[in-house]
Amino acid sequence: MTVIDVRKDLTARTMTITAEFDAPVEQVWRMWADPRLLERWWGPPSYPATFVEHALTPGSRVTYFMTSPEGDRYHGYWTITSVDAPKGLSFDDGFADADGNPNDAMPTSVIQVRIDEHGDRTRMSIETTFASTEAMDQLLSMGMEEGMTLAMGQIDELLVSA
Amino acid sequence: MVVDNDERADAIFHALADATRRDIAIVAMGQEHSVSSLARRYPMSVTAIQKHVNVLERAGLVTKERHGREQLVRGNIEAVREAFTVLERLEAVWRARLERFGDVLTEIDREAIRHQGEPT
Repeated sequence: MTVIDVRKDLTARTMTITAEFDAPVEQVWRMWADPRLLERWWGPPSYPATFVEHALTPGSRVTYFMTSPEGDRYHGYWTITSVDAPKGLSFDDGFADADGNPNDAMPTSVIQVRIDEHGDRTRMSIETTFASTEAMDQLLSMGMEEGMTLAMGQIDELLVSA
Repeated sequence: MVVDNDERADAIFHALADATRRDIAIVAMGQEHSVSSLARRYPMSVTAIQKHVNVLERAGLVTKERHGREQLVRGNIEAVREAFTVLERLEAVWRARLERFGDVLTEIDREAIRHQGEPT
């Protein structure tokens, strides 16, 4: 796996990351389409993800939770907006309550996934757009302890995988 | 500005590459501590802790202030906030995810090869 491009645009509230994999398009698509495979990469090892509902069809809701080392569950959801298997999908990503219902008080983002053949490799780009500047500010000002823990967890992740 | 942020992020990543330093940073974010009280938390000499604190200070993660005979260490949460804007945190999240994504792809490829050799 090689990350070949990262673009961040603060005014557009967008981050786009592109990676290249030594695998066919169908295999890369399976990583999204098969919830048991998705669970192996969506959450960091210290916060593994469990997908509860998972139907990749426009309009359907995918629900999942991540479990902290202390056993606390953090729920999230996707609302699928478009699917073009095996070339990509789009969904709204948000926080949910314990029953998997969207928590409208929390910020949401729009994620667009594109998967394309590139020679004998496959390129995947992930574009994330935050719903609003307020949503970004809200994420920044989220509890200091929580923010630190998350940041540290991610740093751990990066260092382990570096 | 982007370059400054990247350099800051690099310094922070380096400073936090060590488990003791990560712990000191978290402890100091919560409350200020003297170097000697920090040293009592770890099986290390005051000098070793002092060195760790200096690395954290260079990255801007903590500040040091002399108070009589004591040096007080205080975490600087703003440094973390500045370096890890929302988009940068998001990049870190996705870099880690894509790393795992690639690893799982490799694993399932190996599993498939192993299964080919098995009788059906």
